[in-house]
Amino acid sequence: MSLIVCRDLVKTYHLGEMEVRALRGVSLTIEAGDCVAVMGASGSGKSTLMNILGCLDVPTSGTYALEGTDVSTLGGSRLAEIRNQKIGFVFQSFNLIPRTTARENVQLPLFYRGMPAGEQRVLAARALQRVGLADREHHHPSQLSGGQQQRVAIARALVTSPAIILADEPTGNLDSQASREIMDTLTQLNREGITIILVTHEADIARYAHRIIMMKDGVIQSDRPAGDMFGARPAPQEAGA
Amino acid sequence: MNFLLMTVLVAFRVLGRNRMRSILTMLGIIIGVGAVIAMVSIGEGAKAAVQAQIASFGTNVITILPWATTTSGVRSGHGGAVTLTIGDMEELRKIPGVTDVGWARRDAMQIVHENKNWFTTVNGVTPGYLVIRGWSTVSGDFFTQADTETAAQGALIGQSVAENLFGPGEDPVGATIRLKNIPFKVVGKLIAKGYDTRGSDQDDVVFIPFSTAERKVMGTRFMGSIGAGFLSAETPEEMASIVDEVKRVLRQRHKLRPNQDDDFTVRNQLDTAKIQEGTSESMKLLLLAVASISLLVGGIGIMNILLVSVTERTREIGIRMAVGAKRRHILLQFLVEAVVLSALGGLIGVGVGVAGAKVASNIAGWPAIISGDILVIAFGFSALVGVFFGLYPANKASRLNPIEALRYE
Repeated sequence: MSLIVCRDLVKTYHLGEMEVRALRGVSLTIEAGDCVAVMGASGSGKSTLMNILGCLDVPTSGTYALEGTDVSTLGGSRLAEIRNQKIGFVFQSFNLIPRTTARENVQLPLFYRGMPAGEQRVLAARALQRVGLADREHHHPSQLSGGQQQRVAIARALVTSPAIILADEPTGNLDSQASREIMDTLTQLNREGITIILVTHEADIARYAHRIIMMKDGVIQSDRPAGDMFGARPAPQEAGA
Repeated sequence: MNFLLMTVLVAFRVLGRNRMRSILTMLGIIIGVGAVIAMVSIGEGAKAAVQAQIASFGTNVITILPWATTTSGVRSGHGGAVTLTIGDMEELRKIPGVTDVGWARRDAMQIVHENKNWFTTVNGVTPGYLVIRGWSTVSGDFFTQADTETAAQGALIGQSVAENLFGPGEDPVGATIRLKNIPFKVVGKLIAKGYDTRGSDQDDVVFIPFSTAERKVMGTRFMGSIGAGFLSAETPEEMASIVDEVKRVLRQRHKLRPNQDDDFTVRNQLDTAKIQEGTSESMKLLLLAVASISLLVGGIGIMNILLVSVTERTREIGIRMAVGAKRRHILLQFLVEAVVLSALGGLIGVGVGVAGAKVASNIAGWPAIISGDILVIAFGFSALVGVFFGLYPANKASRLNPIEALRYE
């Protein structure tokens, strides 16, 4: 069974009188353990696809099966549960809650699971350790560098042991050094078995993936192994270096 | 439960971050609750004081005053004619439910003790009157029925009279005072009763036996006429029927025709109490209105600041939704913040109200009665205000679209 199976996804928005067709029939299968980059110019539909894959939105038509469950018709409450259990998000602008410590940010998904506070703390500390921030547990986001903030966000994404981590332009707000570190962290997690879907418009970032899907005007333009486009992947550095 | 507790903790932390804003938001509730508690406590104190005054008149007392006679259209005042007699009162004693009967006559005169003198009201009374009006002595004793029959020259003096005729700490019992140059032996000093409902000093009084007053001090145009009669009923419930019976007996004894007015007035102590109760009822309604308005204003303040907070924290709401918060989680979070604000405001308001009542009662010299009920009600109501006014902002927050919320700048 494939992790993600999408059939003919269509998403139509209504902006006043105008009808915007963001997705015009996308079919796609992603296997567990893969690392996929979704590329495309702005307006290509990659963000819409990401929102649907992340269960933040539902398609207008078509089906989306996540681990064999059809999630394309679920209501808001069930989608929230799926997001909580199966999906970790990493955003371009980090999206940490301000004036709240790194560990508490990481605990957030566990909090909504109703997990006892003690257990939350143990798992959050472990996740921060995995991204190399064991000594920054009590720092607020404003006391951390951009790269460190993004690693807190990655820790928050992986603390629930999700099926997928969805990273939307994870390095968009970072310098090249920090970008490399974040990508190394993500590829390290991928090697440990977590499926990663990257949404990016930067070729440098996309080449960390195994497979690259190019989107244009709401449809998949091309879908092929990364090696075909860029040659060999760059040698990964140690995660959290 | 665990989740709710953690939500409360988070709410406290969020409100703590904007401490000044939170305090200002709570101010409306604090003032509202504080004002209600202070006013109700002072009002209750005043009510109790008035009730004590009414009670100081005696228990279940019915007063009968001889009414003005109408002589060719000219009416004189109360006590202006001899329309009420000892014979009437002896007849009224037979009415079932009447426990005591007494009567009195009064006159204002100068009284003298050694080199001091004082102008006061002298009442000629029967022992029954003293019992009905609830008098007792702090020293000495009442004059007896025998004293009344022999027109003995014994006097009971009130505390105010004692203060004016005798030195501090001096026991007046046994001393001789002179009324209209007639010597009276002071047989007892009365307890203090304070002011009555009309504001006159009940302790500025001298009691002498009725017969003595009639025969030796005041004189009379008609033996056996009295200034006022008093009855006490066994229970408050019987008072109305006794009043009716008193009227019937007196009309019959005075041979009044059906078309003639009463030549007497009967007053029921309960009526006075009822008027007081009516006053405090309308006072309560007024307080309730004031309380509702201030809590309404406080609630709107909370709603306002919460709407600002929802807008400010749109992105945070988006993040929470992305990591798995359901609508009800977000709803609960903002609702709890509203309730924490209003309940905390209510709690502080209770403190402020209690302190305010104490201060006001010290300044006004008026007792404040703080009942636990009003504290609980005021606090509960303020928490309810939080729920009511928090619902709209909380609902608004919970209906945000996570995608748009995450993108919000």
